[in-house]
Amino acid sequence: MTAESHHPFTTVIGLEVHVQLQTETKLFCGCVTTFGSSPNTQVCPTCLGLPGSLPVMNRLAFDLSLRAALALNCKIASFTKWDRKNYFYPDLPKGYQISQFDLPFSYEGHLEVIDPKGVFEPRNVRIIRVHLEEDAGKSMHDEAAGTADSRIDLNRTGTPLCEIVTEPDIRSPEEARAWLNELKLLLVYLGVSDCNMQEGSLRVDANVNLHIPQPDGRLAKTPIVEIKNMNSFRSVERALVYETERQWGEWQATHAEIGSMPKQTRGWDDSAGVTRGQRHKEESSDYRYFPEPDLVPVTVSEEQVAAVRATMGEPPAMLRKTLADRWKIPAYDADVLVNQGPELVEYFEDLAKKVGEGKVASNWMQQDVLRMLNERGGRIADFPVQPAAVADIIERVKKGDFDTGRGKEIFAAVLETGRPVDEVVAGLGIAAVDEGDLQKLCEELIAENPKIVADVKGGKEQAAGGLIGQAKRKNPNVNPGKVRALALELIRALP
Amino acid sequence: MTMTTTSATELASALQKGEITSVECTTAFLDRIGSTNPTINAFLSVDRDGALAKAEAVDTARAQGKPLGPLAGLPVAVKDVLCTTDQKTTCASRMLKTYEPPYDADVVRRLREADAIILGKTNMDEFAMGGSNENSAYGLVRNPWDTNSAPGGSSGGSAAAVAADMAPLAIGSDTGGSIRQPAGLCGITGLKPTYGRVSRRGLIAFSSSLDQIGPMARSAKECAMLLQAIAGHDPGDSTSLNTPVPDYLTGLEKPLQGLRIGRVAEHFGEGLDQEVAEHVEQTFAAYEAAGATIHEVELPHARYGVPTYYLIAPSEASSNLARYDGAHYGHRWDGTPTDDQGISTFDSPLVEMYCRSRAEGFGPEVKRRIMLGTYALSAGYYDAYYAKALRVRRLIRNDFTQAFKKVDLIGGPVSATPAFKLGEKTDDPVAMYLVDLYTVGANLAGIGGISFPCGFTKTNLPVGFQLQGPALSEPLLLQAAHQYQQTTDWHLQRTTAIPS
Repeated sequence: MTAESHHPFTTVIGLEVHVQLQTETKLFCGCVTTFGSSPNTQVCPTCLGLPGSLPVMNRLAFDLSLRAALALNCKIASFTKWDRKNYFYPDLPKGYQISQFDLPFSYEGHLEVIDPKGVFEPRNVRIIRVHLEEDAGKSMHDEAAGTADSRIDLNRTGTPLCEIVTEPDIRSPEEARAWLNELKLLLVYLGVSDCNMQEGSLRVDANVNLHIPQPDGRLAKTPIVEIKNMNSFRSVERALVYETERQWGEWQATHAEIGSMPKQTRGWDDSAGVTRGQRHKEESSDYRYFPEPDLVPVTVSEEQVAAVRATMGEPPAMLRKTLADRWKIPAYDADVLVNQGPELVEYFEDLAKKVGEGKVASNWMQQDVLRMLNERGGRIADFPVQPAAVADIIERVKKGDFDTGRGKEIFAAVLETGRPVDEVVAGLGIAAVDEGDLQKLCEELIAENPKIVADVKGGKEQAAGGLIGQAKRKNPNVNPGKVRALALELIRALP
Repeated sequence: MTMTTTSATELASALQKGEITSVECTTAFLDRIGSTNPTINAFLSVDRDGALAKAEAVDTARAQGKPLGPLAGLPVAVKDVLCTTDQKTTCASRMLKTYEPPYDADVVRRLREADAIILGKTNMDEFAMGGSNENSAYGLVRNPWDTNSAPGGSSGGSAAAVAADMAPLAIGSDTGGSIRQPAGLCGITGLKPTYGRVSRRGLIAFSSSLDQIGPMARSAKECAMLLQAIAGHDPGDSTSLNTPVPDYLTGLEKPLQGLRIGRVAEHFGEGLDQEVAEHVEQTFAAYEAAGATIHEVELPHARYGVPTYYLIAPSEASSNLARYDGAHYGHRWDGTPTDDQGISTFDSPLVEMYCRSRAEGFGPEVKRRIMLGTYALSAGYYDAYYAKALRVRRLIRNDFTQAFKKVDLIGGPVSATPAFKLGEKTDDPVAMYLVDLYTVGANLAGIGGISFPCGFTKTNLPVGFQLQGPALSEPLLLQAAHQYQQTTDWHLQRTTAIPS
């Protein structure tokens, strides 16, 4: 249920996304960026902001952010510089963050999101700018009763962050979530970021307000609210749904319009399911940006852009089309597969190549591999059943060794036991049924089921289906198709 | 040989020949510090044990015929703005009273690699902010030529250490004149190299786009020797110049025939002391006599130098000094509530800790500049102040570019007056800021400048002469100063004004 489906207004949403780049080392020093190390072990004078320390730009991080910007269809500035954003906070050891203010390295891009289920129209979201900055450290507040200890971990300080700012082009909470999924997918495919929200490598703030048509034709706009503290895409969607309703209620009560108050920041409380106003002071901060004198401006040549472009993989939107064409699978299938990420696509393509039929491989992926993967959790790279084994099972089904249902049982058993397909097949007593045995079995069944025989002879061929269940009970290895065909043949041959 | 009055070049030669040992030489300077520093207060800390241990190691290595660095066994004093792992680095601030850096500044690393003996850390204006060395949290420095006068600043400790024969060589830093002005007021030679020639890594930043480390010594030749050891590209400093370092010593002896020296009429305007003016004019005459030609040049925006400097430097400083917040290192308020700073309400306990730590840790001049800079960068004022200052800075740089099309170097006074009395300008910040009048231009333009003694006043105070040259003109600046010092002995005069 969407808010706008029963309210006379348009929801207007813009997003601000911070993405940690997947670099080995920090943006302005050589410290590693591994997540989860002991606090304050991945630090040096530069990222600690010690007196006299100086930053030196990590060109690899810069190139990685170029890749993100190119994938977002951004223009790349040939000249860009660094600025200091000044504010005091204990997890910001220099008292300023090195960021980009008036000359970001890229600007004016767009990323489209298409819903294959058609819940919303394809939405092209324009991107105002993408800039690079260093991350701050992490404050950990011990909120146990009686203690007011705050601890600082500076391992994250200086990690490269890409900030992506969209135009307010998004029109619903679902669209926001879908767009974020598409963005995440894109960045993961390009190896720009792992976009892990739990580890803080992707953070989202949302700006939202309502446009309400008035009887006089004027468009009333509610004050823009910035929502923070959302720690999953689901939270983003829920927070936006909540905030839309809240603003609608507020509008009906006060008719307050944009400009009537300073921009408000509200924090999302996930467990309570509400947004709460934050102190106004934080919004009026003056960051006193000025050019970072410790770094030199960065120039980007067309050759450098071309070199980065040459190393970029296929973005998901393109990959969906490629997969659909290459393996003759429906767009829906391609969407499901691509949305699972590059490792799963690789698994699928390997399987499809071995099986030789894209649609069969795709069905197995969706009905078996993905289902089991979701049940088990974890990544496809760690999935114990390799494409070769799945292809082996599919091949045996095609040969008629057993039916698809039996094949699925075998797949589950291979996954459960970790044993090779051959062993599992033998262990389940599955063996190809001899033609003579099949003949004998069918003859027995005909003899035992005079009613079915009569029905078939009377023209109701579908009645033969009743024989298949009985055949499987007598010998689980029989192929239902073969039983059906032979039984029909024998019945017709009866006098 | 009285080692403390012998030049570093002669000491180096005597050390090489085995006529003296580094332990003897180092001991002589340490003893001189012991007797003189209580009066002058040029050193904030003296590393007697470390210096002697290093001297002994150098002597041993030399006796064994091992290869040694170019400054092997020579004592050097280092301004306390450079990080040293084996000695506290305080920036003459209460804020860093106990701070021990975990890394050496690039210049300190180079000194160690050159096998120099680091005697100790010299006094300075707190965070290099000042022109008299009266802003040190650890006491003012006295001018060795008149102990009631200021040595200049902010490298006043380094200048006084050399002038009082406590060190033959010293490292200073120059943001708006902080090497050249105290060198001039103390009768020694000091060079501010081109911006980027010497790595700033480990130099505790005052104003990052203006700060530059340079050598201070009695003579240009000794400065050349010291610059040789500290100059060079550092991949750890993005603003460091990646151009080869020339040999600063070989060109010194070349005559000055045909050298074109610019003279700026505005330098001789209101405020210039008569005696200083006379000595400066005589220096021009001496250069003419040596084969140089003097040409009038214009620096039309020079008069905006000081206001431009006092917007850019404090702006950068307000950001550079934000890290001293009591959270990670340095001075932190101990939690005792006081209202002596005139502050009583705070947004949070954290903000109170910040405010009180900074109120206690910084001296008044540092606070003044942080406030100036914070104001100049604030929304609504940025364009009128900081952004405009950047535009004027470009104009000043262009002035120099134009002038250096006509002349090789520009000459003139270093300061408008000789050393002024201690306390004379402490109540008048603007008068104090004007001591940088002739020196800030080189920092704003990023070019080189050298200051050296060119005479004495009737009351026996040294007068300095400044030469400024285009980017990377250090060889020419050193050559011109050296040639002057070949025919004059102002730089060899020793003070007798230090009470024993």
